[in-house]
Amino acid sequence: MARKTLNIVESAYRAVMEEQDDTILWLLAAMQGAGAEHTVVLRGNAVNYAVAGQGVPGLTVGEWKQTQAPKMDRDVLDLIEKRKIPVYVVTEDLSDRGIERGELVPGVQLLSRTALPRLFAEYALVAHW
Amino acid sequence: MSKKTLTIALMDPPYESENLTTAFRILDVAARRGYNINVFAYEGASGLAFVRQSPHPNPVHGKDVAEENHPTTKDQVAALLAEAEKNGGKVDWVNCGMCVDERGVNEFVPGTRRGSPADFHTFIEASDNVLVIPTK
Repeated sequence: MARKTLNIVESAYRAVMEEQDDTILWLLAAMQGAGAEHTVVLRGNAVNYAVAGQGVPGLTVGEWKQTQAPKMDRDVLDLIEKRKIPVYVVTEDLSDRGIERGELVPGVQLLSRTALPRLFAEYALVAHW
Repeated sequence: MSKKTLTIALMDPPYESENLTTAFRILDVAARRGYNINVFAYEGASGLAFVRQSPHPNPVHGKDVAEENHPTTKDQVAALLAEAEKNGGKVDWVNCGMCVDERGVNEFVPGTRRGSPADFHTFIEASDNVLVIPTK
């Protein structure tokens, strides 16, 4: 049985245009496919990944055009619905940024900062990205 | 009005930050306006024009190579050079020589060249404006 891993994702929108996704969410999805058992906590600026309806035009340089620009809300939904990876969002970090719960993609779970230590105890490994 | 010359110094390596996306957006506009553009690709940015970059499929996205259409910075550099030429500008893209040697990325997109900090100095002296986008 896989060691349960809690992944706190804080670094956000780092190279998502070039990679067309978030490197850590991608890594966790790929590892889940290999049998890993992951849970995700979005905190800090990464809470914005859970906001529905976001997007960005692809990069254009002369005649070269990006056709698969990242969609972070789609990727968060993919983790929850397809990969069955629980995704938590830290409520205080949402409030700090003026993000309402109704703006989030369905399926994300809210978590207070004060509840984090109790969550840590449930996992064999905690990784802070 | 005389043609403008813009110099940009880059430090970030490909696939590590959003800085390069911002830089390419600026460079694209400059090329479309026919500016003369100098780029000093320093440290990690010396890999931007490495010609052996290749796109890959993305199994997590469920896409093959063609569907994923993964960006490579070498293609963006080549497109920048072509766009500038089309609009009457030119690009002098210098890859820091020592930086490419230590990274083993010394095969460049045609039209870019190996250089040194002396080139950056020359660029600064000859430019209407200089933008430095450092690694943070």
